[in-house]
Amino acid sequence: MTTNQTTGTPLVKRGLADMLKGGVIMDVVTPEQARIAEDAGAVAVMALERVPADIRAQGGVARMSDPDLIAGIIEAVSIPVMAKARIGHFVEAQVLQHLKVDYIDESEVLSPADYVNHIDKHAFTVPFVCGATNLGEALRRITEGAAMIRSKGEAGSGDVSEATKHLRTIRREIAQLQATWHSDPEELYVAAKNLQAPYELVREVAETGQLPVVLFVAGGVATPADAAMMMQLGADGVFVGSGIFKSGNPAARAAAIVKATAAFNDPAVIAEVSRGLGEAMVGINVADVPAPHRLAERGW
Amino acid sequence: MTTVAERPAPAAGRPPVKGSIWTPDALAASGSAVRPGAPRVGVLALQGGVREHTEVLLGLGASVAYLRRPEDLAGPDGLRVDALVLPGGESSTIDRLLRVFGLFEPLRDAVAAGVPTLGTCAGLVLLARTVLDPAPGQRSLGVLDVDVRRNAFGSQVDSAEVDLDTTLGPARVAFIRAPRVERVGPGVEVIARRGDAVVGVRQGTMLGLSFHPELTREAPFHRALLAAAAR
Repeated sequence: MTTNQTTGTPLVKRGLADMLKGGVIMDVVTPEQARIAEDAGAVAVMALERVPADIRAQGGVARMSDPDLIAGIIEAVSIPVMAKARIGHFVEAQVLQHLKVDYIDESEVLSPADYVNHIDKHAFTVPFVCGATNLGEALRRITEGAAMIRSKGEAGSGDVSEATKHLRTIRREIAQLQATWHSDPEELYVAAKNLQAPYELVREVAETGQLPVVLFVAGGVATPADAAMMMQLGADGVFVGSGIFKSGNPAARAAAIVKATAAFNDPAVIAEVSRGLGEAMVGINVADVPAPHRLAERGW
Repeated sequence: MTTVAERPAPAAGRPPVKGSIWTPDALAASGSAVRPGAPRVGVLALQGGVREHTEVLLGLGASVAYLRRPEDLAGPDGLRVDALVLPGGESSTIDRLLRVFGLFEPLRDAVAAGVPTLGTCAGLVLLARTVLDPAPGQRSLGVLDVDVRRNAFGSQVDSAEVDLDTTLGPARVAFIRAPRVERVGPGVEVIARRGDAVVGVRQGTMLGLSFHPELTREAPFHRALLAAAAR
C-alpha cells in the first residue's frame, strides 16, 4: 500500500526535534551513564568522551569521540543518541552519520576545524543541532540546514547566566522582528541585513513570531530550578551537559531535572524535586573564565 | 535593529507564569481553547509533539485542553474531555512522567471506558497491550490489543515522509523513529500498512498510528476522532 517515501527531508529532520520538546537531553561518556539517563527519563543522550567541564579543565584539542564509544552508547539505550562534530568538520559529520547517530551537534564545545565555514548541513540525511548566541547566528545556522537550535550558554561552567542571556536575546530579537512586521514591514530588509540572514527567513520569523525549528537551551544548566527557569523563559527543552554526572548523585539529579522541566511552572514540584539532591557541580563563574577560553565565542 | 523596539504588550488574561511551550496563541490566554458546542479534546501535554496536534485540532474547529495533571482529565463534575490525543514524543519519558504526575491510572481508565482516543507514534506505544522492546521499567496503558516494537524502521537516518493509503483515505505522513505493530488482536482492524508492516489500527473508538499525520497537517485521523466524539 506504500508508494513514495523520502528520507532526510527538512520536515523529517525538524520532526525528531519536535518530538523532543519538553524534554531533557543529557551528556553521557559511558554506556552506564547513558542507561542512568534513560532510566531518569531523558528524551535523548549526547554521547561524548569528555563532558565540557573536563574539556575545559584538561585543555588541548577536543575532537569527535571514538566510534567505539558512540556505538557502545547507541547499543545501550533505546532513546535517540546524539554526538558532537567540530564546527566545520564535515568528515567527522560523515562518520557520525555512518555510525547512525540520530542527531549531530555541530558544537563549539569541541575545537573548531574551520574558522570561516560551518558544515553544509543540507548535504546530510542525519539532522543537525547548532548553538547560537543571538537570532542572526540562529538564522545563519538554519540557512545552512540546522534542524534544531540551542543556546550556546557557557558549556562546562555550571553558570546558567550565559544561557539566560542567549535565550532572552533570541526571543527579544524575534519579538522585535514581529513588531517591525506589524508596524513597518519595509524595515525588514534592513533588519535582514543587520542580522546577516536571508530576507525570506527573517520575514518568516517576523510573521510567525517563532523560529522555524525547535529552540532548546544549553550551557550551564545544573539544577532543577535552572531547567525550569529556561522553560519559563520560552525554551522548548533543555540540554544538561556536565551538570548531571559532575554532581554528587547523578541518578537523582537527572530524574529531578526531568520532572522540573515537565512541571516548569509549578514551584511546589520544583521545590520537592530539589530536596536532598546532594552537591551540584562546583562550576566556575563565567566572569572568571578568561576571554580566550569562552566557548560561546566560537562560531560565526 | 540597533534601536530597541518596544515589546508588544502582554495579552490580557495571560497567566502570571512565563513559558510559551505547549501554548500557541489560541491557548495562551486561558490555558485552553474553549469553543462553545465544539468537542473538547484533551491533548496529553507532558512531552513531545503537542503543538502540532493542537494546530490540527483547532483547524478542525475543536476545543483543546492540555492534560498535565489528573484534575485536567476529570473533576467532581466527571470527565472534562470528549476525546483524547496521545502525541508523539519519547515513549519512555512520557510513561515516566505519567506515573510521576499521577495521570497513568486515570488516563488508562478514561481510554478503557471508551473516550475516543488517537495515539500517534509514542502515543501508539503507550496504548499497546505489550511493548516488545521496552526501555527498562517502561510500562504501557495496555488498552489496545496489539503488540508493538519501538524504533522498528531504524534510526533517524531511516525516518521518512511516506505516501500512505489508509482506510481513511490517502495521506502523506512522517515516520520518525517509528514503532510498528507486530501482533493484532481479534477485535482490532488494520487501517494502514507500510509494505508488510502494520502501521495503523483501530479498536472501537481507539486509533493507533505508528506515524505522524500532525507533522504534515493531514487531518483524516483527527476528523475520525472528532466524529467518534460527536456520537
